[in-house]
Amino acid sequence: MTVPAVLFYAFAALAVLSAIGMVVQVRNTVASAMSLVITMVALAGIYVLLEAHLVAVIQIMVYGGAIVVLFLFVVMLLNLRSDDFGPARQRLVRLAAAAIGVFALTWMLRLFSGLPEAPPLPEGFGGYREVGIALYTDYVLLVEVASLLLTAAIVGALILAKRKID
Amino acid sequence: MVPLDHVIGLSAVLFTIGVVGVATRRNLIVMLMSIELMLNAVNLAFIGFNRMWPGEPGAIALDGQVFVLMVIAVAAAEVAVGLGIVISMFRNRDSVDVEVVSLLRW
Repeated sequence: MTVPAVLFYAFAALAVLSAIGMVVQVRNTVASAMSLVITMVALAGIYVLLEAHLVAVIQIMVYGGAIVVLFLFVVMLLNLRSDDFGPARQRLVRLAAAAIGVFALTWMLRLFSGLPEAPPLPEGFGGYREVGIALYTDYVLLVEVASLLLTAAIVGALILAKRKID
Repeated sequence: MVPLDHVIGLSAVLFTIGVVGVATRRNLIVMLMSIELMLNAVNLAFIGFNRMWPGEPGAIALDGQVFVLMVIAVAAAEVAVGLGIVISMFRNRDSVDVEVVSLLRW
């Protein structure tokens, strides 16, 4: 195996293991958030291997930085205790979730098997220059809509978290 | 480089873990984290398919990566609003257990 392939499988194993750890970790919400960080960083590594360099950097900045810090901030602000939760959902619900998961997984894996080989890359693929050109020419309307959405989200979060609405 | 099947397979595995997390956990914060995991799995599929169809020299196709950036923006907005809801729920009910808020359940 070549070095990128070894790195890919290492990052993939790391991502899957820490994602499972996030879901099955029932005691400590902070540990769940930390597992989420590991998954995000492993995915950023895979993005680099798939030649999406700008997206990898933004993944680490936004997910590994901002979003998980927001989660941790709320967890520590609320000062959750581990005995706040009763037993997990009933066994029937858990069994149903596992069955749906296995079914969806096999279906998706069968749907996406036998894809063709990846072609050679054109020069500059995935760098900040080409992504920036695509963002500010073809997709400039999307960028504007995203900025509007983020503004609305900030205002909405402020109003939701305010103690009393006057 | 690894075959694209394995990239999409990893994406499917991560998405499934996210679905099971949303379906089984009772902690609203962990449910939000599982939703983030599902969004990330979709992002990985976008990146993988974009690597598969990268365009040609002079006409580079980066639609998948642009969509990933948009998904990240929407995820950030979703987390901000979702955690605002978590805070106001904790303030009113003194818990972030989804079983506690069942007023609208049929």
